[in-house]
This record gives sequence, structure tokens and C-alpha cells, in this order.
Amino acid sequence: MKALEVEKLTKIYGDHLKAVDDVSFSVDSGDFFALLGPNGAGKSTMIGIITHLIVKTAGTVSIFGHDIDENPGLAKQYIGVAPQEFNFNIFEKVFNVLIYQAGYYGIARTAAKQKAEKLLRQLDLWDKRNVIVKELSGGMKRKLMIARALIHNPKLLILDEPTSGVDVETRREMWVFLSELNKSGTTIILTTHYLEEAETLCQKIVIINQGKIVENTTLKNLLAKLKKEIFLIDLKHPVDTIELPNQFKFTKLDDRTISFEVSKDQNLASVFEYLNKNNIHILSLRNKSNRLEEFFIELTSKK
Amino acid sequence: MTIVQTSTALYTIASKEIGRFLRIWTQTLLPSVITMVMYLIIFGTFIGNRIHVVEHIDYIQFIIPGLIMMSVITNAYTNVVSSFYLGKFTRHIEELLVSPTPNYVILIGYTIGGVLRGLVVGILISIISLLFTKISLYNIPLTILFILLTSILFSLAGFLNSLFAKSFDDISLIPTFILTPLSYLGGVFYSIDLLPKFWQVVSRCNPILYMVNGFRYGFLGTSDVSVMAGLYILISCIAILFITNLILLRRGFGIKT
Repeated sequence: MKALEVEKLTKIYGDHLKAVDDVSFSVDSGDFFALLGPNGAGKSTMIGIITHLIVKTAGTVSIFGHDIDENPGLAKQYIGVAPQEFNFNIFEKVFNVLIYQAGYYGIARTAAKQKAEKLLRQLDLWDKRNVIVKELSGGMKRKLMIARALIHNPKLLILDEPTSGVDVETRREMWVFLSELNKSGTTIILTTHYLEEAETLCQKIVIINQGKIVENTTLKNLLAKLKKEIFLIDLKHPVDTIELPNQFKFTKLDDRTISFEVSKDQNLASVFEYLNKNNIHILSLRNKSNRLEEFFIELTSKK
Repeated sequence: MTIVQTSTALYTIASKEIGRFLRIWTQTLLPSVITMVMYLIIFGTFIGNRIHVVEHIDYIQFIIPGLIMMSVITNAYTNVVSSFYLGKFTRHIEELLVSPTPNYVILIGYTIGGVLRGLVVGILISIISLLFTKISLYNIPLTILFILLTSILFSLAGFLNSLFAKSFDDISLIPTFILTPLSYLGGVFYSIDLLPKFWQVVSRCNPILYMVNGFRYGFLGTSDVSVMAGLYILISCIAILFITNLILLRRGFGIKT
């Protein structure tokens, strides 16, 4: 079953600004799906169209088989959305934000209160239930956006940069929460600028650039295409006196840090073997950048 | 949505709107009441004592229905236009737009908020008026009908204004430059019989004249214009505004990109 089917979707702002250009893709039910792209790529426009906030120029969108134009009421029932920008009534109390949202979906007050309490407790916001929204921190507001999106138990959750501006601890908490939610059967579409987030959470990825899809595959397939990875090594002793071989394109970054490249046909173990042989002691090893980031830059920098 | 779900959505919007104007009553209810008390003191008591009879009625009794109606019009209109526009401005209207709530429910929900604020202000002013003079009601059903239809009409007009509004200036233009002058010239403070023929004809083009006079008829049993004409105008305008708002909502005018 397809949770989302987008066919030849186009959005033109004004006379000729094509924000989304003949885009087609689908999301299977149960997927954790990443929609990636640089700023202005058309991600938020696409989400706006799917959630009925932006009027499309052409194309079709179906949610669990229901066309958003032919049956908007039913299609909307399936979607929960946490947009990129905060869109609360900032003078409303946290608890009321959820109760009202439940009401818009026709959920009776008693059931709404129970669900709101459950979500607020899960997201560690229960203590803030009587606080007005404008007094919440950025991270709390992000969590409240997710709680609001989930108040009607949507089968498809759309998150537009849900962890933008939140601290590392809160982000990790949200990852755990979202992973569990996905495991329980909720299809999730995520847009994010934190590629580590997409790599950690998502199974499938669409990368869009200038309104067009430039990659549509699984994370596994995408990473398999990586030609090389760049690693950084922190050393115990300065490397001034060490002769580095060309084989791995070693580069001295400073006295105690070197970088090297390992292509797909090379073995990382041989690097350690070489360093060990030369009595170079390693303190730590890390990727220079997130693996997905390499691809992202490669794909989105193409004109 | 089922009928029960639709009713829940309607109840949610209406209760949120009512809660909003009650919560900020010092901004929504109090100013109108204070203004009307001033009118009653100055025009009713100080000046009204020198104008002994208008159409064989005490002047203060003559102006009270008009003052109530003027407040109802302003409050019903302002409630909807400010609330819906604020929703657009802070984007929390998106909470509603992404939900399956039908457009007509959104429209009716906001209208209920406007109507209730208009009625609450109307009732408060009526109670305060009792401190200045006695109020008799000539035709209670007609009085209720006129105040209800008028508040519905101006709530719908406020909604339309909010759809078109792109800035806070846009939501104050119509109340300031259209509603207030039309209300003042709508026979609140005088009978149009006192005007020269030409201005009588001009006044008859002002729809608020019919609303004020219809409402006054419910109080005093006297009107400058046909009460039935007032009812026809109200019902026609409500139908036109309701349909126009629904068409614009369906097109996403002013609320969708």
C-alpha cells in the first residue's frame, strides 16, 4: 500500500518560478522516508501541497489512495504535519493547543484529553501543559509541534525539519521517539538539514534540487554508491617526522591530525597496518563528514 | 467527517473563539461598554434633556436601540476580522487548514464567535441603559431577530475582510472608514424625517439605516423605513456574504499560497 503517491507535481510561483518541477515519487506504508535538498529546493513547497496549504499548478497527490483534490477530507484524516516554522497561537496554553487540534479532527473532548496527556508525557511536556506557548523554549515548541501532529493518530506523519534549532540531547530523544513511532506502523516523511539524522532514521531517500528529483533510492543503495570515504585520525605524537605514503592520500591537517581517503576497493585495515608498522599511535578515528553529506553535496551542487 | 465529528469541530472553533474574547474582555467587551456609557451620559442625559421628544419619544429612549446596534455591528465585525487575521498572521490558521474540517464549519464557527461577542456587548449595554432610563420592548421576537441577523451579517463581513487583509492596516480600514460613518449616518442619533428630502433619499441607500430602524421598531414600535425591507436586506446580504466567503475559502483565497 502506498502511503503517498506524487505524480508529475508542479508548482510555479508567479509567471515562471518553478519551485517543484514535474516531480513523481511514492512512499510505501511503514517507510521512514527522507526528503532532502538544499534551501529553496522545493521541499517545503511539496509538503505544503501535500498538506493542502499550497495550491499546486499541476499533478496529482494521493494519500493512502485518496486524491487530495477529489477527497480532501479523507486524505487529510491520514496526515499529521509538523511544519518547519512554528505556527501556534502563541497565546494559547500547551494543553489547549492539542485539545483544539483534536477537535478540528472531530475527536471528542474526553478522548482528546487522554491522548493529549499521553503525548505530552511521552514528549516530556506534561509539566508545561498550562504554560502558554510563547513561554516554551525552541526545543519544547518543536516537541509540541510533533505532539500536535500526532493528536489524531495519523497514519502518515510529515516532519519538516523537526529538530531544527534543538539541542543535541533533545534531538536524540526525538530520534528515539520517532523511531519507535515508525516501528509501531506510522509512515514518516522527514525533511532535514542534518544528514546524520536522515542516515540514522530513514530507509529511503529522495534528494531534490531546484525543484527536480536528483536521487530516489534506499539509503543502503545510496551509500553503496560511495566511491570513497575521508577519515580523520587524531595522533598521540606529532607527525612532523613521519613520511606518509601517497596510497591513501594522507594529508597533515596539523601536528597531531591527519586525514586520508579510502576508496571502495581499498581496505581500511591496511591503513592501520601501515600506521602500526611505523609506530604511529592513534588516539581516535572519525569520518571527516557524514557519509550522506558527500552524496548530498555532489548531487545538489550539479547545475 | 461524520455529523458527530463535524459538530465537534464546529464546537471547538466556536468555543475557542468565545473563550478568546472572554479571556481578553478588557480589550473586547469593556471599551464598547465605556464608549456607550459616554454616549448615554452626553447625548442621552446632558444633551438629550434639551431635546425633549423625537417622534413623541424621549431622546435617550430613541438612541438606545441605535447605540446597541452600533456596538453589535462593530463588535461582531471586529471579533471575526481580528481573530481570523491574527490566525493568518501567526499562521496558526494552518492548524485548521490541514485538518479535515469543512470550510463551511470554519466559516460558521468564526461567525458564532462574532455573533456571541456582538450579543454579549448588546446585552451589557442594554443592562447599563436601564441605569439611565426604562426600556420597553414592543416586539421581542423582532428585536431578537434583527440583532441576531445583523450580528451574523457583520461577522460574515468581518470574515471576508480578513480573507482580503494582508496587513493589520487592512483590518482597520473598513471599520474606520466605512462602518463607523455608515453607523453614525444610519439614524442612530436622529430620525431621517428631520433631514432634507435629498439626504433622506441618500440615507435610504445606507443598509445600516434599515438595521437600526428595524431594531428600534422592536423596542419602540416606530421606524423611519419599512421593517420588512430591513429583513430582506439582511437576509439577502447574509446569503451573498456566506456564499462569497465559501467560494473564497474553497479557492484558498488569502489563506493558501
